Amino acid sequence: MDASQVIFILSAALIIASAVMVVTTGNLIHAALWLIASLFGVAILYAVLEAGFLAVVQVVVYIGAIAIMFIFAVMLTRKEMRDKGPQVNSSWPVAAVLGLLTFGGIWVIFSKWDGLGKLPAEIAGGSNATLNQLGVALTSPDAFVLPFEVASVLLLAALIGSVYIAMNKK
Amino acid sequence: MIPLSWYLYLSALLFSIGLFGVLVRRNAIAILLGVELMLNAVNINLVAFWRYGNTVSMAGQVFAIIVFAVAAAEVAVGLSLIYSVYRRNNTVIADDLDLMKW
Repeated sequence: MDASQVIFILSAALIIASAVMVVTTGNLIHAALWLIASLFGVAILYAVLEAGFLAVVQVVVYIGAIAIMFIFAVMLTRKEMRDKGPQVNSSWPVAAVLGLLTFGGIWVIFSKWDGLGKLPAEIAGGSNATLNQLGVALTSPDAFVLPFEVASVLLLAALIGSVYIAMNKK
Repeated sequence: MIPLSWYLYLSALLFSIGLFGVLVRRNAIAILLGVELMLNAVNINLVAFWRYGNTVSMAGQVFAIIVFAVAAAEVAVGLSLIYSVYRRNNTVIADDLDLMKW
């Protein structure tokens, strides 16, 4: 077992344990904080996968913006946190079976595929070259400039839409 | 060296946990937390397939970046909807929001 496998197992344990806490803990602020731990584990996996840019974006966008926005939303609606009622609805056994079935179904599909044991090849030019290629791919007309621009329009629409929805019209 | 299957099984497990959270939670914000877990599971898959496939084509990473943008938009609109509902109905419990239930 080499170093990357040890890092993978540790971060996978962090991801899964925090994800279980996100869906089970009663206090929503704690759930948002556990989500941050889980997202950080995913950022470590991106670094192991030599996608350094995505690891940084994961920390900046997911942890720095999305998770903080969740904490703001929990605080704005915090009357619910004082409610002592159950945090899960009455049909949770059905949901647990559905979750297990989903995992089992994906497992069965994977077990029929023969590419599972594939090992990563060396990246041509080292992992610094991929950052350069990513920038070119995002802005080149031959590659992904159209989805990139559509994503920026989507973000603008989400910005204006969320301001309009949350605005107090009185 | 990590085989590809480790990433696939991890993301399948994370997706199932997120699905469970979406289905069982009563608080609407907690449902969105489950959706975030599912989106992250998908992203792990995309980046893993990029790394273990053709690394010259950046399609996997670009796809993951688009998922980031969609997740940010979804959270912004979703949380402002929840906040708007909270101001109107004074609750964010999904079971109590049955205005359109027939």
